[in-house]
Amino acid sequence: MIYADNAATTKMSSKALEKMTSVMTDIWGNPSSLYAHGQNAKEVLEDARAEVARLIGADVSEIYFTSGGSEADNQAIRSAAYAGKRKNKMHIISTTFEHHAVLHTLNKLEKEGYEITLLDVHENGIIDLDELRQAIREDTCLVTIMYANNEIGTIQPIKEIGEICHERGVIFHTDAVQAVGHIHIDVVEDNVDMLSASGHKFNGPKGVGFLYCKKKTPLYNLIEGGAQEKGKRAGTENVAAIAAMAEALQEKSENLEESISYISGLRDRLIKGLKEIPHSVLNGDETRRLPGTVNFCFEGIEGESLLLLLDDRGIQASSGSACTSGSLDPSHVLLAIGRVHDVAHGSLRLSIDEELTEDDVDYIIKNVKEVVEYLRNFSPVWRDLVSGKREFIL
Amino acid sequence: MALYSEKVMDHFRNPRNVGVIEDANGVGEVGNVKCGDIMKMYLKIENDVVEDVKFETFGCGSAIASSSMATELIKGQPLEKVKELTNKAVVEALDGLPTHKIHCSVLAEEAINAAIDDYEQHKDENR
Ligand SMILES: Cc1ncc(COP(=O)(O)O)c(C=O)c1O
Ligand SMILES: [Zn+2]
Repeated sequence: MIYADNAATTKMSSKALEKMTSVMTDIWGNPSSLYAHGQNAKEVLEDARAEVARLIGADVSEIYFTSGGSEADNQAIRSAAYAGKRKNKMHIISTTFEHHAVLHTLNKLEKEGYEITLLDVHENGIIDLDELRQAIREDTCLVTIMYANNEIGTIQPIKEIGEICHERGVIFHTDAVQAVGHIHIDVVEDNVDMLSASGHKFNGPKGVGFLYCKKKTPLYNLIEGGAQEKGKRAGTENVAAIAAMAEALQEKSENLEESISYISGLRDRLIKGLKEIPHSVLNGDETRRLPGTVNFCFEGIEGESLLLLLDDRGIQASSGSACTSGSLDPSHVLLAIGRVHDVAHGSLRLSIDEELTEDDVDYIIKNVKEVVEYLRNFSPVWRDLVSGKREFIL
Repeated sequence: MALYSEKVMDHFRNPRNVGVIEDANGVGEVGNVKCGDIMKMYLKIENDVVEDVKFETFGCGSAIASSSMATELIKGQPLEKVKELTNKAVVEALDGLPTHKIHCSVLAEEAINAAIDDYEQHKDENR
């Protein structure tokens, strides 16, 4: 089996798994309890916080644990929005291809009276800094732009975005769920005020994540209750999962340079091989992308049938076609970079990690080629393209 | 738990009656690229019986399996009976489809009806 869907979720590392079960078995006390068994759990929790902070260049007081990336995104955006409202600043800037955790939160805020500007991400999947400069207004309270896109893998010029925001006194949040643990991140160098991350995207457990919130940046609590997380996120902490997440991130960070060079080598081999398929296109900038994420559109076929046939051949991947999303529209990310519906339905995302070998990549290339050709052979769209009744887009 | 029944996967993996009938006397194409499924049916009708049927489909697993199953259900059947085919019969023959995939089976019914309409129009012209 070749697992090539690491952008969806990752397998827990054995170290993280071991950490998780050992904490659950031995240190299961409540961190808020005063006896030693509780305080031991508190220590595990705070060690994890210190570790996570160190790995992204933050101070330990700036890390808040959450139930995952979605919660961190919701909390960050609402925090800046509510703080802005108190100063009559109700304008927020983001991009058209954010994760739904961001876009749906912004939709709701729009209904609550905020004005939202979504920046174009162009065909290469990267924003234009001048367009950002022009979009910032007197009443802008927040810029929220994802570090790396979850479908096509393109990386934004985060440091420059942060610089612009700070010159204009605007809070900058970045959804770094796909980036943390995969590329080098330092919240100070990167000029970010808030950053969201999720454990299960870097070989940690699901249902746990964190929000980095720079000192003095306003933080609003979504969940009322006890005084956990300095009163900013109530609920008894998921100590075992938090400890395992920190363990996973440490492991990823230790081997980062090595895995980046290995995985991006495989990625480039994959891109080169898939480009040989006629009437196909690589989605997003070729170089400014995550080490392991590759996304292609193949004209004349539909993505779900491609996925099912690849699954039969032992390859697990994903697609942004309508029929995989359960709606009638294909992925908003592919539409945002200008892919028309006809082409967006035939998309394939392969997100690889260091478990794969060159042979695995060659196996993927060979099988994608075969399956695309097989499906084209009985596609009425392909027939019309070949006969000239319909014009090729790719 | 798999997304699709064994029957659906069988028809998806080994679609029956795939291809084109060069001298078809009824051809129907439905769906559009916007929603992501397009189906084309070719019928060869003789003495009010569907003597042969072939299909081409651009679409998801459910769309391909539905086209394949629909062709099996109508092949060799009298036209009057074929006109009565519903997507419900296709779904039942496939041992069910996930709820959000039912619309893909509707296309199979529509494609066959479109092909029959085409046949009936041309039948009048040929007289
Ligand atoms: C970019 C991005 N943001 C947010 C999320 C949501 O993270 P979680 O599943 O931890 O809530 C994901 C994962 O699906 C993601 O890829
Ligand atoms: Zn479908």
